[in-house]
Amino acid sequence: MWLYTDTVTEHFQNPRNVGEVDNANGVGDVGSLACGDALKLTLKIEDECIIEAKFKTFGCASAIASSSALTEMIKGMEIAEAEKITNEDIAEFLGGLPKEKMHCSVMGREALEAAIADYRGETLPSTEGQVVCECFGVTDLEITRAIKESNLRSVEEITNFTKAGGGCGKCEDQLESLLRQTISEGLQIVEVNKKPKRMTTLQKIKKIEDVLEREVRPGLRLDGGDIELIDVDGDFVIVSMRGQCTSCAKSETTIKELVEKKLREQVLETLIVEEEK
Amino acid sequence: MAADKVVYLDNNATTMVAPEVYEAMAPYFTELYGNPSSMHTFGGQVGVAVDRARQQVGSLLGCDSAELVFTSCGTESDSTAILSALRANPDKRHVVTTRVEHPAVKNLCENLGSMTGTKYRVTMLKVSEDGLVDFDEYVNALSEDTAIVSIMWANNETGVVFPVPEMARAAKDRGVLFHTDAVQAVGKIPINLKELDIDYLSMSGHKLHAPKGVGILYVRRGTAYAPFMTGGHQEHGRRAGTENVASIIGLGKACELAGEKMEEENGRVKELRDKLEHGLMTSIPRAILNGNKEQRLPNTTNISFEYVEGEAILLHMNRFKICASSGSACTSGSLEPSHVLRAMGVPFTAAHGSIRFSLSVYNTEEEIDFVLDKMPAIIAELREMSPFWPGQ
Repeated sequence: MWLYTDTVTEHFQNPRNVGEVDNANGVGDVGSLACGDALKLTLKIEDECIIEAKFKTFGCASAIASSSALTEMIKGMEIAEAEKITNEDIAEFLGGLPKEKMHCSVMGREALEAAIADYRGETLPSTEGQVVCECFGVTDLEITRAIKESNLRSVEEITNFTKAGGGCGKCEDQLESLLRQTISEGLQIVEVNKKPKRMTTLQKIKKIEDVLEREVRPGLRLDGGDIELIDVDGDFVIVSMRGQCTSCAKSETTIKELVEKKLREQVLETLIVEEEK
Repeated sequence: MAADKVVYLDNNATTMVAPEVYEAMAPYFTELYGNPSSMHTFGGQVGVAVDRARQQVGSLLGCDSAELVFTSCGTESDSTAILSALRANPDKRHVVTTRVEHPAVKNLCENLGSMTGTKYRVTMLKVSEDGLVDFDEYVNALSEDTAIVSIMWANNETGVVFPVPEMARAAKDRGVLFHTDAVQAVGKIPINLKELDIDYLSMSGHKLHAPKGVGILYVRRGTAYAPFMTGGHQEHGRRAGTENVASIIGLGKACELAGEKMEEENGRVKELRDKLEHGLMTSIPRAILNGNKEQRLPNTTNISFEYVEGEAILLHMNRFKICASSGSACTSGSLEPSHVLRAMGVPFTAAHGSIRFSLSVYNTEEEIDFVLDKMPAIIAELREMSPFWPGQ
């Protein structure tokens, strides 16, 4: 037995706005019979405002309640506002949904997006992407989006929100790696947005040495040359060319085009590389 | 029909404890609470009562009471039987079962490797559209390497009955041990184990009006047995742990009653089931019966209502206090329809909207009429809402 809130039960038993809007100019059709739930949302939009919204749903009690709630939420709403509605908003309107049923609220959000896209004559990005869960036809784009939007942290949560992995379970490994990838991307974004941390001179030297060893020396050695780090003074990186490079006319270019570029990319934007005189 | 009366049509899930059973159990809580293993008469008399219950079970199953072990549930019986057979045949690495078994057998067979540390080849026999196994295919699956066959007597979801006596005979002819999960069959199908070639049989108390928490494992005399739990000498060393006395007494009484009511089960209850089934199939368009109509338990009907979803149907029925089950469990972990319906190839337009009605001797015609009165509107309302409903 599911512990549904009174609001869910009430919307399931007395669903609002059942049917199809006549002459709808925004239609969102998501889910399928095979998947066990589906929602057809029809909208009448005038002057960028949703003046009528109706639904037809095949699915469990929370799917029906989520659809009913969605139509109530968006009636009379500007499209610009409606676009901001998330699945969490739908669940909240209903006083919450059991976690295993969160995918019902996601279906509501997807139908709304599809209907608005249809009104605008656009193609949704979620219809592109690679299908990861073949049982329910869920794409990597939809999964990644759910991970980011609802802050998902386990494969089980992904299944609760998107249904992916809820059938045969063969895609679990892929879900796991999508999860890792998305979470680590998220962390990188956070780092980039943060003000760059001030590096100590010691950290700077270590990083510079590392980049020189990995990215610069192998190329120089092919030409019988080498490079040595002499000093780091603030943003100034003093290097000395060795071997064949010492007499090379292009050593100035090598230092600016290769070494400085690499160090700026990988260590610090403001670095200036100079050859020891 | 009184508005607050529960119409219970979910007897394959569990049953009401029969008043006679409850009455028989009552003294064993506060009066006759002694330990059956004790030396004193106060406990010893309880041991005598436990043995009487064992005899009651034995007469329903047609076996010697010494061949019966009381367990905690059907699942324990299934696990004990199958693992006993595997242990007794360490050189055999093949198991035969079907795709429509109860999870108690299905999940065990699918995880034998991790359970036993030995690799097994498992043949899961497919079923036809009406839920039956091809007998030749079954016989061909048996080999010298087969350690055990485990096939349910009657299916819990559809009520379809397998020809277990014939299947057991075929196994015996090839020297293969045979186990049957008869949890749904006992009390509804006459069983006489003395005349059958079944080596292990599992049953459960709460499916036939005894309480939850008690089961039986029949082990044919002389058949390999390895206890599931090690400890005291209870059940002649075959199942350690102090006996669940009151429930055992209840199970004995329930078996006695089941024997007496077998005729009613196959007469009046079957008629009620048929009335319900016929009524629903004729008053509701695009309703599909799941499972073979003839080879079936007398109390069960499984009907799919196309283009609507099971949970929604059940919750509307719930408003009228009508209890049944659905083959579709819309949980994220199991969004797919039941493995039984999938194995039968039920079309996906129908697989999500299956409802199982399972009756008992306590159901009345008035209840069936009430359900027949309510169901058409429930299905119609949901179909009105379904984007796939093509109309009648």
